[in-house]
Amino acid sequence: MSNNDHLVRFVDIQKSYDGESLVVKNLNLDVAKGEFLTMLGPSGSGKTTCLMMLAGFEPATHGEIYLNEQPINKVPPHKRGIGMVFQNYALFPHMTVAENLAFPLEVRHMDKSEREQRVNRALDMVQLGAFGDRRPAQLSGGQAQRVAVARSLVFDPDLVLMDEPLGALDKNLREQMQYEIKHIHENLGLTVVYVTHDQSEALTMSNRIAVFDDGIIQQCAPPEVLYEEPENAFCANFIGENNRFLGEVKEDNGDTVKVEIENHATVVAKKVNVGGVGDRSTLSLRPERVTVNPEPGSVPNIFSGLAEELIYLGDHIRTRFTVLGHDDFIVKIPNSAVHAHLKEGDTVNIGWNAEDCRALDPSD
Amino acid sequence: MSTAPATVDGPLITADGIPLKESLQKSLRRSKIRAVLLVAPPLLFLIFLFIIPIGNMLTRSVDDKLINEVFPNTFEAFEAWDKVSEPSEEMFAAVYQDLKAASKTEIGKSSVRMNYAKPGWRSLIKVTARKIKKMEPPYKEAFLKAEGRWADTEFWLSLGIMKDKRTMGYYLNAVDRTYDFDKNVIHVDENRKVYNLLWWRTIQVSIIVTLACLLLAYPVSYLLATLPMRIANLLMICVLMPFWTSLLVRIVAWMIMLQQNGVVNDTLVAAGILSDENRLAMMYNFNGTVIVMTQILLPFMILPIFSVMKTIPPSYMKAAQNLGATPTLAFIRVYMPQTIPGIGAGCILVFIVAIGYYITPELVGGKDGRLIGNMVAYHMQRSLNWGLAAAMGTILLIVILVLYWIYDKIIGIDNMKMG
Repeated sequence: MSNNDHLVRFVDIQKSYDGESLVVKNLNLDVAKGEFLTMLGPSGSGKTTCLMMLAGFEPATHGEIYLNEQPINKVPPHKRGIGMVFQNYALFPHMTVAENLAFPLEVRHMDKSEREQRVNRALDMVQLGAFGDRRPAQLSGGQAQRVAVARSLVFDPDLVLMDEPLGALDKNLREQMQYEIKHIHENLGLTVVYVTHDQSEALTMSNRIAVFDDGIIQQCAPPEVLYEEPENAFCANFIGENNRFLGEVKEDNGDTVKVEIENHATVVAKKVNVGGVGDRSTLSLRPERVTVNPEPGSVPNIFSGLAEELIYLGDHIRTRFTVLGHDDFIVKIPNSAVHAHLKEGDTVNIGWNAEDCRALDPSD
Repeated sequence: MSTAPATVDGPLITADGIPLKESLQKSLRRSKIRAVLLVAPPLLFLIFLFIIPIGNMLTRSVDDKLINEVFPNTFEAFEAWDKVSEPSEEMFAAVYQDLKAASKTEIGKSSVRMNYAKPGWRSLIKVTARKIKKMEPPYKEAFLKAEGRWADTEFWLSLGIMKDKRTMGYYLNAVDRTYDFDKNVIHVDENRKVYNLLWWRTIQVSIIVTLACLLLAYPVSYLLATLPMRIANLLMICVLMPFWTSLLVRIVAWMIMLQQNGVVNDTLVAAGILSDENRLAMMYNFNGTVIVMTQILLPFMILPIFSVMKTIPPSYMKAAQNLGATPTLAFIRVYMPQTIPGIGAGCILVFIVAIGYYITPELVGGKDGRLIGNMVAYHMQRSLNWGLAAAMGTILLIVILVLYWIYDKIIGIDNMKMG
């Protein structure tokens, strides 16, 4: 792959605040031009630190960051020309919305007429054309959010960073803003690096998601790959819902493995991230990939399950089973005529394909 | 459908027929009584120790009643007099009557007041009063015999200044002006002018001290607000420590530092920066007052500015830099404007305290470091000219209120943050 397609490159980045522990451990990550890349992870996983290093507010302890193939470790933040949306928007409270937007243009010594033109264009883009004279305190959360986005874009940066920009909004507004940001990204051909701990946000917006944990990128892949084919137990667990079994590999058949769960039952699973016979492994299975009352012989894994709890959720019924000694086995049963209606206390057969059950590393 | 039993145009009533308003009042009564009880002690405190004394001060600064009550006949006779001819027998008789009727203390107090109008009155009245018992008509002769100065018509003319029950005389005195005998406002003699200079100096010192405090407090507050908690706390203790130390101890400490043979001068001489005969005069003058007042009032500036800075998230500075402003520009354009409420509160606080300051100038001010506050104290304690002290106090109060009003117009009191 040619390096020219990359707007941002992190090369061997390490970061430590106290000289004793690493917050970011050897990060290598390329962001392509026009890409929407999300850094996803729990708090303390190092994702915000990476963003701050890219913006220039934190120096990298080791390694080099390249922007347009230029090393930028020694470039101060105000010369990097990167747009940024902060977690709490950081709109200057003593300036009006229009003045906030004009600020980056003013410090770039742009003349007044062009400034006004650009400010108006940016405000129109986020549908706040009439709000130029308001103060940030007079805006609702969603409006402030839009102004913050407009301000980060008004000076035409190639790269925009967003640090959990939707965290303070309520659920409906958050979903609406997700689409708006996504459309702005598509329409302007921007490159966006987005930080969040909200997996659904990441899945909705991103071209690629880098899952962070403990200062390491666990997996960096498009959303569908990340959900369908998690490479390790952390990703499987962090993205989406997930049934887990811990066991020991008994038989290695190349593509599949047979894993013995603690109470001696054996499950056939897809070999993804596991060693050979004798190693421990976490099996990961999505709740929607489990069939209730499968035809005998249609799937390799059929076990009997006791329905413990049923929660009616409209489009599906979320059912908790006890299976193979685990009482937290979740199955999403679609609410359709074909499916038998279970009651609590019923014992039924449930089964799944070897393809859908991924044998991963035995984390924790 | 609502089931509220309200008619279309009648007042709303509750289910049991009592008007809604009355019901609401009743339900709120308990909490209202509690609120009143809670507020009562500070309110009484304010009334007795603040509002009444201030009212008293305001009346005292214009009050001239006493003299009219002690010398009613004299003033009547004075009104009848043509102000040109020799004082007549009737006028002396009137004074005789008044002096005879008045008590000793009344005469004493009045004579002090009369002395402000024309120096000499006090001894004149005193001597005359002592001999009043043995006097017989004709009184003019008897008075002139007792005190030759009664022939001086100026004493009689000066009564014109005192004939009203209200006077602006004290206010005029407070700005180096006075009434002539026809109640025209005139300047006092050049060699008796003191107050204008003091007012000017007080304003000057207050402004210098306020600016010096601002200059010193701003960086300290910034450090306090931005340093890591542990260091900031230590620094905060350093700021507050002088606050907890007795004012007198601090002033004495400064005396040791600043005097001719003090630590600062000794160090400068020892370092060869000053020669021994050129030691700096930093005490018992203007400089002493400014230096010590700045140090004492510094926490009043630091605390409000700090408390405002504490609320400014660091993300504003980051955002400004991210948008392309150099750190300096970001500081000036984004950080500083947000600290204005703190600056305003600090400045107004320091200025108000400084303008009425009195202990420090008294102890380290020397002759040309005295402020108007010292004059108020002097007239309260030594000369006992409470009217003048009250007038000066009132002028101080007015200056402060005007400042407050200007502040409200420019920045808005709502924006003031004391901490």
